[in-house]
Amino acid sequence: MTNKAIIVEKLSKTFNGFKAVDEISFEVGRGEIFGFLGANGAGKTTAMKMLCGLSMPSSGKATVAGFDIYQENESIKKNIGYMSQKFSLYEDLTIRENIRFYAGIYGIRPDIIKTKTVQLLTQLSLEKEADQLVGQLPLGWKQKLAFSVAIFHDPQIVFLDEPTGGVDPITRRDFWNMIYDATAKGITVFVTTHYMDEAEYCDRVSIMVDGQIDALDTPGNLKRLYQAESMDQVFLQIARKAKRTE
Amino acid sequence: MEKYHSEQASIVVSSVSKSYTSGKTVVKALDNISFEVEKGSLFGLIGPDGAGKTTLFRILTSLLLFDKGKALVDGFDVISGYKEIRKRIGYMPGRFSLYADLTVQENLNFFASIFETTIDENYDLIKGIYAQIEPFKNRRAGKLSGGMKQKLALSCALIHRPSVLFLDEPTTGVDAVSRKEFWDMLKGLKNEGITILVSTPYMDEANLCDKVALIQSGSILNIDTPHNITHTFSKTIYRIKGRDMQALLLQARQWDFAEQVYPFGEYHHAVIRQQSTELHFPEGVEASRIHPGIEDVFIDLMRNHDQ
Repeated sequence: MTNKAIIVEKLSKTFNGFKAVDEISFEVGRGEIFGFLGANGAGKTTAMKMLCGLSMPSSGKATVAGFDIYQENESIKKNIGYMSQKFSLYEDLTIRENIRFYAGIYGIRPDIIKTKTVQLLTQLSLEKEADQLVGQLPLGWKQKLAFSVAIFHDPQIVFLDEPTGGVDPITRRDFWNMIYDATAKGITVFVTTHYMDEAEYCDRVSIMVDGQIDALDTPGNLKRLYQAESMDQVFLQIARKAKRTE
Repeated sequence: MEKYHSEQASIVVSSVSKSYTSGKTVVKALDNISFEVEKGSLFGLIGPDGAGKTTLFRILTSLLLFDKGKALVDGFDVISGYKEIRKRIGYMPGRFSLYADLTVQENLNFFASIFETTIDENYDLIKGIYAQIEPFKNRRAGKLSGGMKQKLALSCALIHRPSVLFLDEPTTGVDAVSRKEFWDMLKGLKNEGITILVSTPYMDEANLCDKVALIQSGSILNIDTPHNITHTFSKTIYRIKGRDMQALLLQARQWDFAEQVYPFGEYHHAVIRQQSTELHFPEGVEASRIHPGIEDVFIDLMRNHDQ
């Protein structure tokens, strides 16, 4: 066991000669909150898919949660959690059914699912709504629930793809509170966002431009390096270098 | 067709309500909403998903009936004058709704012909936007990237030179650079005299509008210019910073002079209790008074609204 949750070395993915991801290298420490930023079309989604074991790289090396992404992608899937803004829970299942469904997929024992479901519903104060369809919940609640479901099986790493898009400012902050709680339990967080204030909440941030990682450091160091007052300014300086028209 | 004369207002919404039933529960999507949008102005509806923004857009574009109230667009009632309204407005829905299996140019031609016009006739209006995707005019719309889809959708919404443009969350999920570009395009359209109603969940975009309505759970929390909204906010806000931000947050929430403390990027913002006269920040905490931003006001209004 190393103290690295993710190790990536010269990872690339080429589609018909187009280098969507171009030799990226980085490491993410255990329990770290790692912000994975970049403009639309910079290659974030492609990179994330490879790390989640959903897409085979064209070249390069990577281990996620200690597993090789070529040989052990099924083990990776068991040891990570994933949620995104676009897809998280089944709208036409109830809250309880969604929890049971996801927990079942990860092979958690029924008696454990039962106890943990009660705990989770209490934590989120959703006891009364447990048998309501998820589609009827306000977005903010849905996202908080989706995050809890994504870490229900105590994964080593959770991948969050724009988890707070469109969420109100108070719930957005509640959501980050939940992220901090997860890291306190030792879960590593890999997150993308378009809110630059949220980049400040990450331990370290990488910014992708045209398939490559153009900057990687703590928010404080990046601001010093780019002589910027905010991460928003850092991002604009870096992302404007992009030549690719997505 | 009866036309209402309004010198300044391009959109008039008065006491509009709309409820849905979802299962056994009744959801108030819009609760007695009223506002006006001045001709030629850029008006922003700022609020999170589920606030009722899309419902309002669908009502104003004559696609949805409502329970109570009255709404006028460009002088026409949205119910009795829907045929006139549909000729005069451009609408870009939040979800990409062009034909994925038609090419870029075919989509644009299609929308031009529906409005009995041609691309050439109004090319000058869309040129700045369309020129950026014209190199890909033979590509199917479904194969475009997010940013290019957005530019095509905007071109299609403008091809008949509408007097009022409705843009439902055009920048959601869009990166900071493209968002800036998009707002620059809107400024250009405003200068052409087009009235624009735009919705966004990004609080920082409020400052780019002439006037904004802050909306949450079907109600308008505040309507004014962004400048007035932040300058008439009566509470004092300090930004604070310490070595361990997470610990500082928990600690600051115990301060008796702080009404609210919440993370705000690099800093935390502390809303000071109105009666507090002396503020004692602990050693090692860097604190300075700041002008509140739209997001601070929104958070405060939301808390008071919920109570």
